[in-house]
Amino acid sequence: MSYAAHFRVWRGDAGGGELQDFSVEVNEGEVVLDIIHRLQATQAGDLAVRWNCKAGKCGSCSAEINGRPRLLCMTRMSTFTEADTITVTPLRAFPVIRDLVTDVSFNYVKAREIPAFAPPKGVAAGDYRMEQIDVERSQEFRKCIECFLCQNVCHVVRDHEDNKDSFAGPRYLMRIAELDMHPLDEMDRTKQAQDEHGLGYCNITKCCTEVCPEHIKITDNALIPMKERVVDRKFDPLVWLGSRIRRRENV
Amino acid sequence: MTDLTMHRHEYDVVVIGAGGAGLRAAIEARELGMRTAIISKSLFGKAHTVMAEGGIAASMGNANPRDNWQVHFRDTMRGGKFLNNPRMAELHAKEAPDRVWELETYGALFDRTKEGKISQRNFGGHEYPRLAHVGDRTGLELIRTLQQKIVSMQQEDQRDHGDYEAMIRVFAECAITDLLLDGPRIAGAFGYFRETGDFVLFEAPAVVLATGGIGKSFKVTSNSWEYTGDGHALAMRAGASLLNMEFVQFHPTGMVWPPSVKGILVTESVRGDGGVLRNSEGKRFMFDYIPDVFKKQYAETEDEGDRWYTDPENNKRPPELLPRDEVARAINSEVKADRGSPHGGVFLDVSTRLPAEEIKRRLPSMWHQFKELADVDITKEPMEVGPTCHYVMGGVEVDPDTAAASVPGLFAAGEVAGGMHGSNRLGGNSLSDLLVFGRRAGLGAAQYVDSLSRQRPAVRESDLDDVMGFALQPFETDVGENPYEIHQELQQAMQDLVGIIRRPEEIEDALARLEKFRERATKVKVEGRRQFNPGWHLALDLRNMVIVSECVAKSALERQESRGGHTRDDYPAMDAVWRQVNLICSHPAGSVEVEVKQQPVPAIRVDLIALFDRGELAKYLTDEEMAGLPEGDLTT
Repeated sequence: MSYAAHFRVWRGDAGGGELQDFSVEVNEGEVVLDIIHRLQATQAGDLAVRWNCKAGKCGSCSAEINGRPRLLCMTRMSTFTEADTITVTPLRAFPVIRDLVTDVSFNYVKAREIPAFAPPKGVAAGDYRMEQIDVERSQEFRKCIECFLCQNVCHVVRDHEDNKDSFAGPRYLMRIAELDMHPLDEMDRTKQAQDEHGLGYCNITKCCTEVCPEHIKITDNALIPMKERVVDRKFDPLVWLGSRIRRRENV
Repeated sequence: MTDLTMHRHEYDVVVIGAGGAGLRAAIEARELGMRTAIISKSLFGKAHTVMAEGGIAASMGNANPRDNWQVHFRDTMRGGKFLNNPRMAELHAKEAPDRVWELETYGALFDRTKEGKISQRNFGGHEYPRLAHVGDRTGLELIRTLQQKIVSMQQEDQRDHGDYEAMIRVFAECAITDLLLDGPRIAGAFGYFRETGDFVLFEAPAVVLATGGIGKSFKVTSNSWEYTGDGHALAMRAGASLLNMEFVQFHPTGMVWPPSVKGILVTESVRGDGGVLRNSEGKRFMFDYIPDVFKKQYAETEDEGDRWYTDPENNKRPPELLPRDEVARAINSEVKADRGSPHGGVFLDVSTRLPAEEIKRRLPSMWHQFKELADVDITKEPMEVGPTCHYVMGGVEVDPDTAAASVPGLFAAGEVAGGMHGSNRLGGNSLSDLLVFGRRAGLGAAQYVDSLSRQRPAVRESDLDDVMGFALQPFETDVGENPYEIHQELQQAMQDLVGIIRRPEEIEDALARLEKFRERATKVKVEGRRQFNPGWHLALDLRNMVIVSECVAKSALERQESRGGHTRDDYPAMDAVWRQVNLICSHPAGSVEVEVKQQPVPAIRVDLIALFDRGELAKYLTDEEMAGLPEGDLTT
């Protein structure tokens, strides 16, 4: 039932660090986060790791396990053999603070740049009416637990630090899609997604969808539909004409 | 050399805690013009509120038009076994619908009825379908909605003041270790940033505690590492008092296997949507556990209980939907009688009750959780579940209307506040509590700040030396104990000795151990340095866990009856005389001891008591109280 596993855990800070080797007890049914906690309690009291719910609901314990972005609390030890070496490293796209904890403030900055829900004018609280079928599209995106694994894995920023300014990342492009599909939101969001938040950088390799622990189809259901609408807007002569007419009215 | 860097910030209102109550309080304070700081022990948006699954209770009447605040009030008082602060239960029932509707204006997307209104689901102890929900991830929706509302306010401030953080700022991964006073009044809060280990002082005349609960004092819990009773302990040390700390809710359905997930919550919606509890003999045992006070409201046969799901007008609800304390005790008894499941729980089965697709649609997180953590497909087989420490009904004693504690400038809302839920909270009443009293705390704090003269309370520098000295202690000792070991022992002691069923000799044993833990907690040693050091964080939290554990144990010893989240082996019945008693914990001046005093429960107003019939009241009130009721039929 119980065995000693070989763990390699990255330890260090902004100044540098290295993988440290540990031999640590593993019991039936445990997840990687349990093992990290055991290391804290028995061998490395100051090992830094973020976690909260330990049930895949809060998205705090994101890290890379054998190079794959994962939630530590949802990665079961039974997915490895007893002979495997398990290497745990911090998220690569964000600056390290200490050990497995990274500075994810990039995400909070991007969150603030997306204009908030624009409530329908003249509809009082309590009078909102929406059909289930219409809210379900946005509800899928609202399952997001903000673990930032999609932000971490997206090659637009993972290997290109300089793209961070002009690219909101899958999580926040999906937020735009969510608001765009909200039945009562009053803002037109497709153009800003393209012009201000870097939708065009996405070349739909679906890495974000693959790592999403909530299994949200980020690429297929959020990003591609938005890209299609951008294209429609750009080349559809009727839309083009409509936009000219409206513009004239506003003069 | 020790780095004594200290950041200083000045605010009108400092909200400690960034869950539902804290964020709603901050929104209110900021809307009333207060410069507001939100202090979050974790990252913004990770609060424990995300764990709430089932929904928000509010009598909007969308699913059954007969629902109204009076019915909700009645259910809440019944659930709390009439020990609730009646004014809080009244405000909560009256204001919950507005608080839910308001969330839609912030962008929340609840599940809908056919008419396009907010859908409402059944839950334990609620007479009508009342819980607004989003699948089984309602808490996440709540936290995200409030988080995004705050971001939208920051966007307004950016537009108006050129600074996102001009009026409201979130200090993430920041923990408060002490409140600072000027005479009897709040002057500020002191703590540290987890990320750097730097100290920080917030100077502010008003502090709202919204720190949640105390579950980390118990071994099997649905609560996260943050739930170390910080707000409870901060309030005590600042001179405020705690109310009825003996009432701890053990949620009947936590996961029991595998060991590493023991305690993780299984939502009550499983039962609300048709799931049933069975023992090892396949029997739906809850029918054997309907207490007298609830006999009238629950089905006596499986057939009637099953019919209720489709025809609630003409049938009584199944006893699986009794209030949580009843269900938890029943499961406990079945396991003790050797009728449990292989891993020490009972079976919760929805697989034979709903089609697989329906289960996945209604309970997606549960499906996911069991599939990924326990290799159990809940559409095909039953879950194994057992009680888990989930919620503390006890908390800071507050004024119902303003959420003010007895210390001027101190407010409390949400789980950290006491009174609202009496001896047992109904499912769904927590999220609504957060919103109703979070808003009221923000309002109370803003009004208090407005009432102050220009001369605001000031922090004394000598106090700062003291609190900083305390925080640094674990680094300055050469020999000391491992904080993780003390924590594990504390959890084991509370679990074994002050758990679901309590015996006086065991509680006394716990108190003797707690005295030692208190001493040992002052002599811990941590390795490494202050930057993001979990060992250090735990060492500082230990002090709070010991204080709240003492409050729980001492109150549990004092209350000689069984009621709601407090069950005494030697006093198994509810006692109407004890219903008149609140237990108040405080520190006597200058002492770290916990003192428990008895205090009368506030009287229930005549118009509120008239919502119940005489027969029901007689089950809760003393003969004297009954004799004092107005003549005639109360309910007319």
